[in-house]
Amino acid sequence: MDKSFLGAMEAITGTIHENKEFLTDLDRAIGDADHGHNMARGFHAVMEKLRASPPADLSTGLKTTAMTLISTVGGASGPLYGTAFLRCAKVMQGKDSIDKTDAVQLLGESLDGIESRGKAQPGDKTMIDALKPAYDTFAAASEQNRTFLECLEEACKAAEEGVNYTKTIAARKGRASYLGERSIGHQDPGATSVMLILKALTEYYKSL
Amino acid sequence: MKKIINHPANVVDEMLEGLTLAYPQYVRRLEGLNVIVRADAPGDKVALISGGGSGHEPSHAGWVGEGMLDAAVAGAVFTSPTPDQIYEAIKAVDSGKGVLLVVKNYTGDVLNFEMAAEMAEADGIRVEQVVVNDDVAVENSTWTSGRRGIAGTVLVHKIAGAKAQAGGTLEEVKAVAEKVIANVRSMGMSISPCTVPEAGKPSFELTENEMEIGMGIHGEPGTHREAIHPADEITDLLLEKLFADLPLGSGDETAVMVNGLGATPLMELFIVNRRVAHVFAEKGIRIVKTFVGNYMTSLEMGGFSVSVVKLDTELKELLLAKADTPALAQF
Repeated sequence: MDKSFLGAMEAITGTIHENKEFLTDLDRAIGDADHGHNMARGFHAVMEKLRASPPADLSTGLKTTAMTLISTVGGASGPLYGTAFLRCAKVMQGKDSIDKTDAVQLLGESLDGIESRGKAQPGDKTMIDALKPAYDTFAAASEQNRTFLECLEEACKAAEEGVNYTKTIAARKGRASYLGERSIGHQDPGATSVMLILKALTEYYKSL
Repeated sequence: MKKIINHPANVVDEMLEGLTLAYPQYVRRLEGLNVIVRADAPGDKVALISGGGSGHEPSHAGWVGEGMLDAAVAGAVFTSPTPDQIYEAIKAVDSGKGVLLVVKNYTGDVLNFEMAAEMAEADGIRVEQVVVNDDVAVENSTWTSGRRGIAGTVLVHKIAGAKAQAGGTLEEVKAVAEKVIANVRSMGMSISPCTVPEAGKPSFELTENEMEIGMGIHGEPGTHREAIHPADEITDLLLEKLFADLPLGSGDETAVMVNGLGATPLMELFIVNRRVAHVFAEKGIRIVKTFVGNYMTSLEMGGFSVSVVKLDTELKELLLAKADTPALAQF
């Protein structure tokens, strides 16, 4: 088992931990004030599991991550992130490293999983508003033969723009949707956590 | 934050332990899980399961017993329980006659219960799901996740639970639950916030003279804020919204629930109920049964909600049927 998978998961967990209060504060404004705490609880549980019994391969590690998130996060984020990681586990079956083509597939499958589980569309002010531009941008950059790092960095930028876009629109899914127009001006906590995870992965990749 | 707790991370676990120790004649806890089941589960009938975030006590564990729920699954405070816990609850109470999940309409709850239902169906267990959306404060449109589920959910437990207790099939119990959902409406208001233990600070702020109309049971903002009025005027405001959505006329039969959100004393709830009864009497609407108390709370939030369910012969009979649970006993 490649150590870089554990390193990547550690990077994500660290970022989520550092931004726990920030994400919860964003959620307090338009939701129910638990996103940061739920995500932190979930990723800490993932790390405990992965450290206690290091997975045999990437796919197993991703599946453990998915099942742990599903059983510890709660809320809507648990099933949504869980579904995304489960799709990733499927993509990585029989593979021991991730190249650009794999990454495109990982982002694409995550997006598809979250869309079908959450029945949300771009513009609903959800995770998708960060993940879809990230996927589109990564795929386009990959087509243009940019390096893996360049693809990641552009995807991060697109996700960040997506998060900023969520400030300008009214929520149509999740608890924030009950606010209607009053949700405008606030950035979506789910889109923000997607962006933070992509950033953590990019920083980790740079450090390798 | 000032709370009578030991540690914010332990509140759900310790609450469930205390509840189980208080009511061993009614309930037991599945080992290592946040699942409360009837002491005699599984019974030889269709099983009803509900659940949701904690912080709404006595919902939902308080309704586990004869004539209501067979299991309640508790999530973290204001956070849906996870699919693995719901799945264990389903397995523990299924008698082979099927399981009905009663879910309040929140994106997280619906997703987690759906995933659990898929897991149980893969085992060959028959599972059906109904989603309660009684809160008229929230507009139901394609642009939102739909109306929220609040205190009216307890009336679904009571009426559908009685149908299951009477030997109804899974299809019949689900049909009754859906009939209640189609005929129950609720609307709430708040005068003071609550604090989620793990968050440590109040979920919203209201000034000394302010109230929020349509506040959700997790502190979600409602329709608007205004200066606080006397109880009768607040009650009229909520009833107006309820009647606009559930037309009721002279001779109609109903049940009414005046529900406290946690910090509002019974004294004030009775003052509200007095006005509700007067308004109903003026309109000639019959109240077959009134519930006044804390049914679906929001930790220590100040405020109340009013729920009304329109009854037909079947719903009335089931509403008045026996129930014997930690939080509701009627014979």
